[in-house]
Amino acid sequence: MADNRTVVGIDVGGTFTDVFFLNEVDGSCDVAKVPSTRDDQSQGIREGIAQRRDNLGEVSLIIHGTTVGTNALLERKGAKTGIITTKGFRDVIEMRRRDRPETWGLWGMFEPVVSRDLRVEVDERVLADGTLHTEVDLTEVKKATTTLLERGAQSVCIFFMNSYANDANEGAATKVVKELWPNEHITSSSEILPEIREFERCSTATLNAYLQPNIGDYLERLEGGLREGGFGGEILIVQSNGGVMSVDTARHFPVRTALSGPAAGVIAGAHIGASAGFPNLITCDMGGTSFDVSLVADGESALAAQTAVDFGMVVRTPMIEITTIGAGGGSIAWVDRGGLLQIGPESAGSDPGPVCYGLGNDRPTATDANVVLGRINADKPIGGKLERLNVEASKAAIQTHVAEPLNIDVMAAAEAIIRVANAKMAGAIRLVSVERGHNPEKFVAMPFGGGGALHTGALIKDVGLSKALVPRFPGVTSALGCVIADMRFDRVHTLNSMLDDLDLDMLTREMVETAEDGEQRLAEAGVTFEGIEHLFELDMLYVGQTHTVAVRLPLDFESIKAGIDRDIIQGSFEDAYRSSFGRLLEGIAMRVLNLRVTVIGRRPKFDLSILGPSGDSSLEDAKTDTRQVWIDGKWWEADVYARLDVPEGAIVPGPALLEQPDTTIFIDPDLEGLVDRFGNLVISRKEA
Amino acid sequence: MAELDPVLLAVLKGRLEQIADEMDATLFRSAFNPIIAEAHDASHGLYHAETGETLIQGKSGLPVFVGAMSFAVKAVIDKVSAENIKLLPGDVFIFNDPYEGGTHLSDFKLVRPFFRDGKLYCYLASVGHWHDVGGNVPGNYNPVATECYQEGMLIPPVYLYREGVLNEDIVAILQSNSRLPGSLYGDLNGQVSALELGEQRLGDLLEEYGEDRVTGALDQLKASAAKLMASYISDLADGTYSAEDWLDNDGIIDEPLKIGLDIVIAGDRMTLDFSRTSSACAGPVNISRSTCIASCYVALKHIFRDVPANAGVLEPIDFVIPDDSLLSVMRPKPVGGYTETILRVIDVMFQVISELAPDMTNGCAYGTINALSMAGYRKNGARWVMFSFFGGGHGGHPNGDGLNHGNAPISTATIPPLEILEAAYPVRFTQWALRPDSGGPGRNRGGLGAIYEIELLEEKADAFLFGERGKYAPAGVIGGDAGALNEFYFPDENGDDASPPMVSKMVGIHLDQGQRVRLKTPGGGGYGDALERDPKQVAEDVRLGYVTAEAAANDYKCSVSDEGVLNEKETSRMRGDR
Repeated sequence: MADNRTVVGIDVGGTFTDVFFLNEVDGSCDVAKVPSTRDDQSQGIREGIAQRRDNLGEVSLIIHGTTVGTNALLERKGAKTGIITTKGFRDVIEMRRRDRPETWGLWGMFEPVVSRDLRVEVDERVLADGTLHTEVDLTEVKKATTTLLERGAQSVCIFFMNSYANDANEGAATKVVKELWPNEHITSSSEILPEIREFERCSTATLNAYLQPNIGDYLERLEGGLREGGFGGEILIVQSNGGVMSVDTARHFPVRTALSGPAAGVIAGAHIGASAGFPNLITCDMGGTSFDVSLVADGESALAAQTAVDFGMVVRTPMIEITTIGAGGGSIAWVDRGGLLQIGPESAGSDPGPVCYGLGNDRPTATDANVVLGRINADKPIGGKLERLNVEASKAAIQTHVAEPLNIDVMAAAEAIIRVANAKMAGAIRLVSVERGHNPEKFVAMPFGGGGALHTGALIKDVGLSKALVPRFPGVTSALGCVIADMRFDRVHTLNSMLDDLDLDMLTREMVETAEDGEQRLAEAGVTFEGIEHLFELDMLYVGQTHTVAVRLPLDFESIKAGIDRDIIQGSFEDAYRSSFGRLLEGIAMRVLNLRVTVIGRRPKFDLSILGPSGDSSLEDAKTDTRQVWIDGKWWEADVYARLDVPEGAIVPGPALLEQPDTTIFIDPDLEGLVDRFGNLVISRKEA
Repeated sequence: MAELDPVLLAVLKGRLEQIADEMDATLFRSAFNPIIAEAHDASHGLYHAETGETLIQGKSGLPVFVGAMSFAVKAVIDKVSAENIKLLPGDVFIFNDPYEGGTHLSDFKLVRPFFRDGKLYCYLASVGHWHDVGGNVPGNYNPVATECYQEGMLIPPVYLYREGVLNEDIVAILQSNSRLPGSLYGDLNGQVSALELGEQRLGDLLEEYGEDRVTGALDQLKASAAKLMASYISDLADGTYSAEDWLDNDGIIDEPLKIGLDIVIAGDRMTLDFSRTSSACAGPVNISRSTCIASCYVALKHIFRDVPANAGVLEPIDFVIPDDSLLSVMRPKPVGGYTETILRVIDVMFQVISELAPDMTNGCAYGTINALSMAGYRKNGARWVMFSFFGGGHGGHPNGDGLNHGNAPISTATIPPLEILEAAYPVRFTQWALRPDSGGPGRNRGGLGAIYEIELLEEKADAFLFGERGKYAPAGVIGGDAGALNEFYFPDENGDDASPPMVSKMVGIHLDQGQRVRLKTPGGGGYGDALERDPKQVAEDVRLGYVTAEAAANDYKCSVSDEGVLNEKETSRMRGDR
């Protein structure tokens, strides 16, 4: 075997499968892009690797961000799943937390992923304090298992009330199910999420079971195909929290891949930003129908405790906090009955797509406005699907649907569409930054994906961000993120005790045991780490409140082993509370709801400067053309550059357009772009 | 000033709404009582400096407050003008007077004038439903109140802060009048934090865009809502359209109370005439005029959902609400159960609209808040009060069947997790399930209500229920049938199942350890004729247990086995006979 030292990152998107190769021996990098194979994503992956490596034996490690789970959830294409639950509670998953999808209008609908006939009750009960009220009737469990199998269930979730406080009944039932179930697709709620809140636990565990067969089959196919091709290394899967896990863990906990793909992009953003000297950034991923933003502060991405994949489909596992709004390139612009210009939420997506594609849509989109304004090159469409874009059709659509109702001319209308779209996107950025108390001046915007770089300049001005940083290869950001992602082990356990009554010895023991378990899991993955980190967090609140604040203990693993002090816990809570609400509450006792332990295996990062431009060209060489661009009510002549040819240190003054195969960057007249040594384009205001 | 360009208007609209949303979020996260923290029974907004009209409202707060809060702010404005008060930056008023500010005594309103360059610019306000405000019944849903004084303390608009200095005497008075002073203190602090944050954010916005433009945006948003609403009304055919619905009783006298509504459409104006409504009643299901208008606003927003949420919605609407009717009471008539009456106002609106525009309406939702509280003392002497609202089905609608187990149309509340309730109070839920056959039959079936059964784990406790729809079920529309009635059971002296004499209202139900109460809530009304429902869908409903085989035969004229197998021949015979 040749140098068995190539690490491969793979991101499978809706249109393309991106592969990023890193040769750890000489530090060289390479990328490949092949069409995604929707029915079996593993096929595209093998083709993508084959494009650059003849011999899979050269590859030591494959790290993969997958959308198989996300798609199965969104399209409701998981397995036929059953639930075995406590007598009286089979409808928990359908009754939710008694909510509705929209504030206004009562036309909501909801179909749970497990239909009512596949939810079977058994006699058992545990009380909130962990007391065993009724021992589980195992004969009923056997009967329930048989019933579910007869009804065609392929996977099963065991969810009992209060199993977070005592998992004896749930564990005993799970053992019996395992004896009868013909496959390994079994999820017990206390194993996946031993945390108080029955609907959230039931939903998470059920969605896990729902995904097990799909993800299990997929991973098996992927691994089998790669091994057949001579691959002898390890495969890791990116979790929704941006950390990676082993294939075996992914098979057991597939629900942790719900946001696997986007998470890898954020991880890459954090690393690219930190390397370039910008540890505070906001990643912006603009696709056809949506705009996703995520905040990275001091090099760390914000984690959310839970997310709803769709109405009523709650997944409660730590996830990179990604805020999505319905404003993408395909979002439709329209004027409402009150005369207000609106963008989205309706979208033409990529098929039929914007009017300029000529595939049947006649309502104007954000992309149509960009085409009319000259910002998108109609003769060189991205993606290579079309010969050229129909500018006149875009113009006519904007005229009819926006200019006439607003009584303005068509160019003003096109510009208005972009400004309203920018305002919506700026709102999403503000939501994750300003509104969480972050000063926007300390943050840069980092667009990736196809469309974001057209809007970034406006966004930084709207929100008051300092700069925008466009990575050298925005289209393969997520694949790059896979290569550098750390390995992560997360565990939560509900304690639900007053701080004053908390058994500190028990807490210490629990922290140490959980952390050691995590280290063990990391060691088993067969991957090398630069270092291991431990995070200990408590969810705490004043007695009487129901929402918790996350309290990170300022202690390393060695000090935890030596024992924890009650004052440190209280002090850390008060710091966290004050920073959230600006005040403490006098004389009210504190409660500790959950313990969260995270073990992180830091994987080696590589020097991004190898991606940088070679030094033998000038800015003038990189200039390919000039184009008329409409900005602030008039035409400007903008220089057009081949982005990848612009040398390090060059300053590109606006107005300018930089083109590369997977994206177009627009620099406003009052902005300029600097190419740094990593090949990033750093856009900022022109020096006055 | 000149019209703002449409772009800037959209930008400012988003920024202003974010201010109110963020105030909501601040209170939800820091509140002590689950009615605010989990059920979001609170609201924040910006209000006009002279009229008190709603300028901007958060998306996540309780919808009914959207309309009601403008009256609360107006109450402060009236006081300031009557007493010639000089408002100063840092002033905050607090009160819960329901006759001036709408809703009921549990809702405490905090109103803060916002100054710009030394001049009053607008008001910021916060309202939240506190856990306990005194009165005869823990949790304040007292179904046998005959005067507001039995429902809790009544605080008129008074200073909580004067120029930023806290009036600690007021806090002491409030706390000493509550069974749960700690919870009250926490919620009060959360509301103050929300107002501080709103003050900060609005100041920043004005600094960034300038007063003219922000004011221009506020004016234009109102005009835009009014224009949109008027354009919808002018699409409706001129004429008078009528419906009525009923409350079971007032908790004191067992007689039904009528809500009669005649809607008159004339061009682009709509008159809501409630003249045919019962007079004010002895018990606590009266509402004040401001609450009635607020509930009409909620109904209009559910029907015409893309009209922006501000005072402009009501501009093309005229109201006829006779004084001293059930919908316009004066002090000291009790108003604690206002939720039941406003739900009925909304139901009657859906029914009238079904005559006018069948494709814009839906079957009535379950129509009762079902405030159920259990309270007692723990072995260590500590007082506990578990207070919660329960859900039911939504009505069938043009797009499909109603939502199972939804929240009330007047709120966006969620219910606290049962595991949190069980961890906090000495109770055990023994059932938490959908209720078969509770959805009103229809081409599109009403959503299902629920069955909740709760067992007491401590030695003794008292239970209280304030509910409705025990005699008059949630109506269907366009030929759809009604959902099931509300039912409540508790153990009598012999331990047998008993139901309250007033059906869904009762105080002081005594429970011993191990005894249970059971609440079965209504489903939503159906949409369209049940006989037009596809028999295959009916069979699937039976297979999944939403509908029993018996109801399939009676209500849908479908022959389905208990397992959900359709007998097509028999079904067509049954349906052909009609």
